[in-house]
Amino acid sequence: MHFSFQNILFLLVAVAGFGLFFWQARKIRANILVGRDRDMSGNVNERLWKTLLVAFGQQKMFKRLTPALLHLVVYIGFIVINIEVIEILADGIFGTHRFLQFLGPLYSALTATNEVLGALVILAVAAFWWRRNVQGVRRFTGPEMRAWPRLDANVILYIEVILMAALFTMNAADLKLHGADLPGAFPISQFLTGLLPDSPAALHVLERIGWWAHIVGILLFLNYLPSSKHFHIIMAFPNVYFSRLVPQGQFSNVESITHEVKAMMDPSYEVPASALAPDGSAAAPTPFGAKDVDDLAWTNLLNAYSCTECGRCTSVCPANLTGKLLSPRKIIMDTRDRVEEKYNSPLVFSPNLYGKEAKHPEQEQLDKENHTLLRGYVTPEELWACTTCNACVEACPVNINPLESIVEMRRFLVLEESAAPNSLNVMFSNIENNGAPWAFSPSDRFNWADDLFVTEKTTVAQA
Amino acid sequence: MMADLAARGETPEVLFWVGCAGAFDDRYKRVTRAFVRILEHVGVNYAVLGMEETCTGDPAKRAGNEFLFQMQAMQNITTLNGYGIKKVVTACPHCFNTIKNEYPALGGEYEVIHHSTFLQQLINEGKVTAEGGESFKGRRITFHDSCYLGRANNIYEAPRAVLEVLDADLLEMKRCKTNGLCCGAGGAQMWKEPEPGKKDVNIERTEEALATLDGDANVLSNLRGVESTAPALPAGSNHGGSVIAVACPFCMTMMADGVKNKERESDVQVFDLAELIASAEGLNA
Repeated sequence: MHFSFQNILFLLVAVAGFGLFFWQARKIRANILVGRDRDMSGNVNERLWKTLLVAFGQQKMFKRLTPALLHLVVYIGFIVINIEVIEILADGIFGTHRFLQFLGPLYSALTATNEVLGALVILAVAAFWWRRNVQGVRRFTGPEMRAWPRLDANVILYIEVILMAALFTMNAADLKLHGADLPGAFPISQFLTGLLPDSPAALHVLERIGWWAHIVGILLFLNYLPSSKHFHIIMAFPNVYFSRLVPQGQFSNVESITHEVKAMMDPSYEVPASALAPDGSAAAPTPFGAKDVDDLAWTNLLNAYSCTECGRCTSVCPANLTGKLLSPRKIIMDTRDRVEEKYNSPLVFSPNLYGKEAKHPEQEQLDKENHTLLRGYVTPEELWACTTCNACVEACPVNINPLESIVEMRRFLVLEESAAPNSLNVMFSNIENNGAPWAFSPSDRFNWADDLFVTEKTTVAQA
Repeated sequence: MMADLAARGETPEVLFWVGCAGAFDDRYKRVTRAFVRILEHVGVNYAVLGMEETCTGDPAKRAGNEFLFQMQAMQNITTLNGYGIKKVVTACPHCFNTIKNEYPALGGEYEVIHHSTFLQQLINEGKVTAEGGESFKGRRITFHDSCYLGRANNIYEAPRAVLEVLDADLLEMKRCKTNGLCCGAGGAQMWKEPEPGKKDVNIERTEEALATLDGDANVLSNLRGVESTAPALPAGSNHGGSVIAVACPFCMTMMADGVKNKERESDVQVFDLAELIASAEGLNA
């Protein structure tokens, strides 16, 4: 162990990297918590089990085999290769060289696995790049896939290749430098040593470049995540954990309305104290539904930060498939854009606010106030095209629920603005007046039995 | 009728919730009657609310009108609780979902089953054998999943088990079960014009159903939404009398309109599960 300038530099870089990340993560946490309260506690075992299956086990990815296998490689690579990061951190801080070598044969297994996975990751990433940029898989397109989301998707792929290249540079140079004395096994790097110079000094520099590039790359990538769809590698886990456990067909109950309706039906009904504001007045449940991001539940905002823009939701949406404006992915991406416009956006990158969309401070303030999620981002036409079929919910590999946000915005349109399409208003008044969504008289409700053969009809009437 | 039963101080084993479509839609009234014939045939102790039934509030809730939904729900819950109802069966997945999942929060707790599950139970108990009536042997049938039965409540097998008993040639559409494509009527779409687009959802779905029944590989390979490697069906030489089976009144309307739009009414019919079973059991009036 020898302490040097490099160790101090490394310590500074590591502290800065992790510090900056936690600073950013806190901003995002604050963004998510502007959402309305919603109790998602309890059922810990069921939630953990679901997280194990859907998030760790990638269960829902396997509805589509090709991307599932490619993704699995990168996912396992991410997890296993990060064990190496522990070693890099230890080596960096204590000036050790391949700190984990005390593991002996296990260390060889680890380094060998890392190398094989590293190579597979490069192949998988290349396939991803090809699918996205050459093959043009349809779900990677769409109006919401503007310049930044498309660039972001490729940046992630490039960074992953650079990280793997750094790993191989480090291993190959180290291997050529130390030969058989180097602890570990390097099934890929052993073929790369021939590409490197023979001078030990040059090899040493190369090894250092690879080492630094790998760890600095990881720290930079970590700080890129909060601005990127790649944040899903972290947020997918809490998002799945906090996703709904009730049947997908069950829409949330609006309790403030329940109190109101009960009080209407029974004047002696007393609104429970828990539903009252501290001063004793009826708690202001304003508005009904959602006009802006802070009217959504915090879980809906968590959804927005877990989205990796894969487009599975949109690709199965019946409205989108038949050419309507609705795209569930757009609703989720709009939510994230809006919450960052209105609340914390000073992330390291704030790409949605650059370029064409850059504004003068006055305009920015105006937009913050007026540019609400509903109408500023999501149009009523999109919302009314939804058939509430749950295909998007079912399709999402990380249990995002676009339908909840859609229904909350519909509630705002109907309950706060009376802005339903006219034909729906007709349906509402039919229910109010006739007890059926169509204009039939309630007295005709039992007429279906008239055509039942007569003997049966009496049976029905008596039974 | 429930009121008559209650007057005699009796409670039925099960309440048949007819639903607005089952009560007013001319096409779906036939399903209501078919299901009642089955109930009569097997001697189930049941009742209906008749004129005391009113909309569950489903379309209002899906459209965002929570206030109207809760007004309807509480009215129905008062009626149902007043009669001491414990078990409800309905042929409408929307009524089913609403009463089963959304009424409990408002004080209405019942055992709610959809008629597909109910029919499956009757078949399992041997009370329905699908014999003595029309034979479906060799006819092609494809089942269109209702969103509110399938994804909403995870009921995929019951309707298929019911169709199994018909001994017909059952074909699955490429987009089936969890990947099933909506008919286009859910979420209150039934009561409004669709937004501008390239196509109506029910046409997209009907094309898939027809291509499945016909074994049209070209149409099937162009379908989007799922990456499926399921082999295309062999081209059908004789697809006369094919059936699109549904288990939902809205799907019924949408698929029947689609078949009409495609001018295939002569050789493809849309039937509800209850109609197929009643017909196979020889219970057609």
